Amino acid sequence: MSTALRPLIVGAGPAGIRAAQVMVTAGLRPIVVDEAPSAGGQIYRQRLFPDERSPRDLYGSEAGKASALHQAFVQIRDKIDYFPESLVWNIRDNVADIMKDGRHIRQGFSHLILATGATDRVVPFKGWTTPGVFTLGGAQIALKSQGCAIGEEVVFLGSGPLLYLVAWQYMKAGARVAAVLDTAPFLAKLHLARGLPSQPGVVFRGFRYAAELMARGVSVRFGVEPTRIEGQDRVSAVVWRENGRERRLACDAIGYGFALRSETQLADLAGCRFVFDERDRAWRPDRDPAGRTSVSGIYIAGDGAGIAGADAAELAGERAALALVEDAGLTFDHARVADLERRLNAIRRFRGVLEAAFPFPAAWAGSIEDDVQLCRCEEISVGQVRRAAHDQGVRELNRLKALTRVGMGRCQGRMCSSAAAEVLAAASGQPVEAVGRLRAQPPVKPLPLAMASDGEAA
Amino acid sequence: MSQLIDKDVAIIGGGLVGSSAALALRRMGFSVVLLDKGFCGAQASGVNYGGVRRQGRPPEQIPLSQRAHAIWPRLKEIIGIDGEFVRSGHLKLARTEAEMASLEAYAARVAGMGLDLELVGHNQLRERFPWIAGNIVGASLCAGDGHANPRLVSAAFAHAARRAGVDVFEQTAVRHVEKASEGFRLSADRGIDIKARFVINSAGAWAGAFAEFFGEPVPLKKIYPSMVVTEPMGSFMTVNIGAEGGGIYARQVERGNCIVGGMRGEPNADSDFSRPTSTGAVTIMSRAAALFPALRQTYAIRFWSGTEGEMADRNPVIGFSRTTPNLIHAFGFSGAGFQIAPGVGEVLAELVRDGESRTPIQSFAIDRFARTEKNLHPGNIPEPTTRGTSK
Repeated sequence: MSTALRPLIVGAGPAGIRAAQVMVTAGLRPIVVDEAPSAGGQIYRQRLFPDERSPRDLYGSEAGKASALHQAFVQIRDKIDYFPESLVWNIRDNVADIMKDGRHIRQGFSHLILATGATDRVVPFKGWTTPGVFTLGGAQIALKSQGCAIGEEVVFLGSGPLLYLVAWQYMKAGARVAAVLDTAPFLAKLHLARGLPSQPGVVFRGFRYAAELMARGVSVRFGVEPTRIEGQDRVSAVVWRENGRERRLACDAIGYGFALRSETQLADLAGCRFVFDERDRAWRPDRDPAGRTSVSGIYIAGDGAGIAGADAAELAGERAALALVEDAGLTFDHARVADLERRLNAIRRFRGVLEAAFPFPAAWAGSIEDDVQLCRCEEISVGQVRRAAHDQGVRELNRLKALTRVGMGRCQGRMCSSAAAEVLAAASGQPVEAVGRLRAQPPVKPLPLAMASDGEAA
Repeated sequence: MSQLIDKDVAIIGGGLVGSSAALALRRMGFSVVLLDKGFCGAQASGVNYGGVRRQGRPPEQIPLSQRAHAIWPRLKEIIGIDGEFVRSGHLKLARTEAEMASLEAYAARVAGMGLDLELVGHNQLRERFPWIAGNIVGASLCAGDGHANPRLVSAAFAHAARRAGVDVFEQTAVRHVEKASEGFRLSADRGIDIKARFVINSAGAWAGAFAEFFGEPVPLKKIYPSMVVTEPMGSFMTVNIGAEGGGIYARQVERGNCIVGGMRGEPNADSDFSRPTSTGAVTIMSRAAALFPALRQTYAIRFWSGTEGEMADRNPVIGFSRTTPNLIHAFGFSGAGFQIAPGVGEVLAELVRDGESRTPIQSFAIDRFARTEKNLHPGNIPEPTTRGTSK
């Protein structure tokens, strides 16, 4: 039976690699498709070119996990069909449309595990499109993958555990960190104490990053309300309000972010049912504790199934693959399943603590100025979205897209739609879940027009 | 919470036809209610390619098309926005001698109808449109044609109708309509009941059920256009492109994106929504890259699809019902309704006011399908049977 199965895994990050490992153990030969040139995902992304940096330099306290994951992938490399630098851009009726080596291939599958990860959740404010402003994830990738800092005098701003990690990584790499501006009040961090019993390592690591930054003289501010980024051709300063006073700090680069948003378009295209996730303030694919979606044979794991971080992604990838193995009628380790679910539950509970410690700036959507650009691809402002709500009675995200072009550009709403949902919800007096979500259309990312096909050649 | 609305005219379907009819009727002084099961202009009217084209239409459509042609440059005055309408010209390419002969025959057939077609030979084509590659034998240019943004135009007509005093109900499906002694009774979602002297069935791909209820079944099916949109690029595509025999059409919008179509999509599980097929989209991309060298290095950033209604003979149904007085049909535009729709709206308004239109529409009569089947003819109007509501 197993020879007839053709499982497909989208994504070779922590979830995808662990899922592939389980399948190989079960005697299956999965296809693993990944956009990156080498496995590891965003969090354990490998260098583009070899340099003198050690795993410790690249991944800090997570070096052990990164090395173990990379090693696990090396060990299964010959037992899977691995398509690096390849894009799954559509899924329909158990067929994935893939761009591989500049060609369109249609790959049928018997089972599918979506391990598509997440991107930064972008919250626009005045000046956010100035050159020199990066998302936290982007700033981290520049450092890990290319060995570049985003600037000489870097300010990190926003909310979320990544804020302190990236700032710390920059400091360790020798960049000058001008300040860390946390939009959450200091008191919110006290919530982390609730996480101590279950995840002491994570909590202590977070405090260590902050403590080491402060010990090296980096200014760490809390309760910051970003006002604007200054600069014409390049960032020159950041201005914020703190305790009712305006403050300004010169810098030439800003890394900012407000946690992550799941990459869910493929699940949508595959027909998975979605539910609203209060904690992530976003719609995500519905799934059972093992990662089964509403579509038989399709599983989801990692941050693409709701934000839970890299450790959870490894566990969830393994768990989803065990579910797949079970559903395929093959033998699997029941004790391991129980252990994985126990550890996953502990992390999921801890995510609630993190959300309280790094809250989303809920007042932002109502207070952001009209002239701030919301959709970068199509150059649509916050004010245009508000006018569509007020003047044309728009109350739903797809209608907003049709009437204003928000989410219609190159990123197809991947970058702007969570902010657009927040602004529309605030402007139309609805909770954010009520404005819905953008219906996915292929391609999930741009395709070259000259892409060769097995049908008519260009 | 039910409410009874009493109007002169109830319009089922807020696409471009229904919305423009609503606006025209309101300006004549009629009271109007416009109902859409989704959002106005969100189906065929909003998701079509956006060609504003007379060239290629069958001769019987040209008078109606000419009437609409006069409306397009006046959009700003009528609905408050220009809808990105540009009179770019429409260039229909012939890839073979046979296709060129067909273009020549068409030009002869519609000569004197006001299209002012210009046949362009191979060498001239190369000179005037150097951005078109491939072995194009020749082309036919209709300089007065162009393109516009369907996404904006259709919604703006509905919005203008609302501003003019039309009661517009979106996300309000009509569940039941029946003939009453003085006109019609309709019941719709959200407890809305309507009394109206006239009913216009402009429900697009969903119009068949209403026609059938009044004893007028039609061969109407759903089709799904399939568009590919490139990233924005410098302006080069100066005309709206079509091809004799089909297979590709393309235009470049002011923002710089090129929109290319030529294949069909397929419905989703919810057949009101659809997606391009991957092979269809990739085929369009390949054809576009072959025909337009400027596109070879660009990316497709999105696809779109939608739902349109197509008649077996590809001509719409426009005109009075043959079974039921004061019922008017206007649907089945078969993937070619965008340009003529504002003209159809005016015609429908005239039908309500005058009982006839100054624009010939007899070719679009609904009984063209039934004439041979049953002895249904005007003057022998059967009473429709009452259908139970779905509530």
